[in-house]
Amino acid sequence: MRILIPIKRVVDPYAKVRALPSGEGLDTAGLKFEINPFDEIALEEAVRMKERGEATELLVITIGGSECEEQLRKALAIGADKAILVETSAPLDPSAVSTELAAWAKELQPDLILMGKQGTENDENQTGQRLAAKLDWPQATFASKIEKQSSGFQVTRETDLGEEVVAVAQPAVITVDLRLNEPRYIALPGIIKARSKPLERATPKTALTVKVKTRSYANPPARGAGIRVNSVDELVAAIAAKGVL
Amino acid sequence: MSRLLLIAFDESDLNSCGGFAAALGLPYDALLLSGSSAVGGEKIFQAGLAEIPTADTIAGLLAVFVHTYSHVAFVSSMRSKDLAARIAGILDAAMITDAIGIESPTTFLRPMVAGAVIATVDAEPPAFVTFRPSNFAAAELTAGTVVPMGMELAPRSQIVKASAKTAGRPDLSQAKIIVSGGKPLKDAATFESVLGGLADALGGAVGATRAAVDTGIAPNELQVGQTGKIVAPNLYIAAGISGSTQHMAGIKDSKVIVAINKDGDAPIFEVADIGIVADLFDVLPQLQAKLPGARS
Ligand SMILES: Cc1cc2nc3c(=O)[nH]c(=O)nc-3n(C[C@H](O)[C@H](O)[C@H](O)COP(=O)(O)OP(=O)(O)OC[C@H]3O[C@@H](n4cnc5c(N)ncnc54)[C@H](O)[C@@H]3O)c2cc1C
Repeated sequence: MRILIPIKRVVDPYAKVRALPSGEGLDTAGLKFEINPFDEIALEEAVRMKERGEATELLVITIGGSECEEQLRKALAIGADKAILVETSAPLDPSAVSTELAAWAKELQPDLILMGKQGTENDENQTGQRLAAKLDWPQATFASKIEKQSSGFQVTRETDLGEEVVAVAQPAVITVDLRLNEPRYIALPGIIKARSKPLERATPKTALTVKVKTRSYANPPARGAGIRVNSVDELVAAIAAKGVL
Repeated sequence: MSRLLLIAFDESDLNSCGGFAAALGLPYDALLLSGSSAVGGEKIFQAGLAEIPTADTIAGLLAVFVHTYSHVAFVSSMRSKDLAARIAGILDAAMITDAIGIESPTTFLRPMVAGAVIATVDAEPPAFVTFRPSNFAAAELTAGTVVPMGMELAPRSQIVKASAKTAGRPDLSQAKIIVSGGKPLKDAATFESVLGGLADALGGAVGATRAAVDTGIAPNELQVGQTGKIVAPNLYIAAGISGSTQHMAGIKDSKVIVAINKDGDAPIFEVADIGIVADLFDVLPQLQAKLPGARS
């Protein structure tokens, strides 16, 4: 089984990010960039499938500038066999990305596409579903458990009400949630060792047309400073005074 | 022609759509996948599904059905994102996730980076939108003509089993009072007795952090935050919650946030309206006994 794992480079998910004063973008000066944590969980799952003998080949792909090489190298160190960097500096959205990924999936013919349910920068939660639609493959989103079956997968999905178990035939798109696994830690020497693994630079196969354009970025109004109380009686009085009970 | 179609999974989903429809200001119809309603728009299409099938099973039919509309909107939820993005993908249409404001029928506001930044985005119709109801002033939906709608479904993937809606506590996304806890709640039984007890006494819902969900203290459907539920109660009591940006993303629209934390430097105090540096195991039982209106 060949697995394609699309990954995205995002600003450190634990950093405090603000809009640039000009409103033209995010102020990421001095911040680290990482593999989107949901994509890292997808990659970890793929590596475990390979370790269990369920998968034979793991391909990671990203669309973006040359700076994404850093995240692809890390993905190779985690256990991907080959990385593809589709180079562009064009603005992207889930429509453009899913269209480009669909073109690559048709060429690479994976049996499974495993990816994060959302990117932590844009929080859009669309690309996996759109990609599955374009390929006309079944989809299982928000996976917290994935079991390989003879000709497909049994996937436990997180839902608004709790959990749901679905059976999908392969090829399929599965997007993953946080509880699926805990990704392994890769130290720097591991990343350096993975430098001999293949990283292909490619040009986009599609026009990368966006459907949604971001006009400006702003910081939301801050919540006003609150009060501190020193005893439970004061707490009870303060809550009662708000008139929300 | 500009026209909105609201797609709702059931009546309670539909009941949260009035504010968005009013703010968008276009004529509208509704498509109700299960249940029935006499309000919802000029036409209320009722699919009458006994069970909601998987997104890949129904998206194809819906893509054909919605093609005359300029806007197709859903209440934001995990299931609506699953479905809306699949239909948008089939139609190669724009989609805006988690709209929290409308400037014009082609310009929307939406949060990104766990709500740390608000983006203003432009999308040409046809546009799919999932929206957060608590960000739109509540408004009634108009009454209309009910149109039964048959759906011939060919399953693409099968549901093997699913959690059912549980009666009892109010739904987190609609609750007026939420008592929420994090990692220090120790285990499921402690979480349920300490937080659940106060929530029941106040007629509220129970929420949790991801740390609590990860450690098996709370079930995943109680997770509040960037990747869990977005809540907007009148009162949010955060007990033993540090206040990570990811958790804050889900509670910012609460009217009053109360923080109970042993660590006076915990970031939760930066956003709390009322804070107390104390042990939650001391404070919560006392609150249950002393808060006016709490049933013991
Ligand atoms: C991509 C991504 C998405 C995420 N999405 C979410 C999300 O949607 N929701 C979410 O919640 N998290 C999310 N997280 C996790 C988040 O970063 C934090 O790890 C998590 O919110 C911390 O939970 P916590 O406050 O329970 O635990 P901790 O951060 O460990 O805090 C526990 C707090 O309890 C206090 N405490 C301990 N004992 C007591 C006591 N007896 N009485 C009073 N106070 C006490 C401590 O002082 C501390 O402040 C996400 C993380 C990532 C990377």
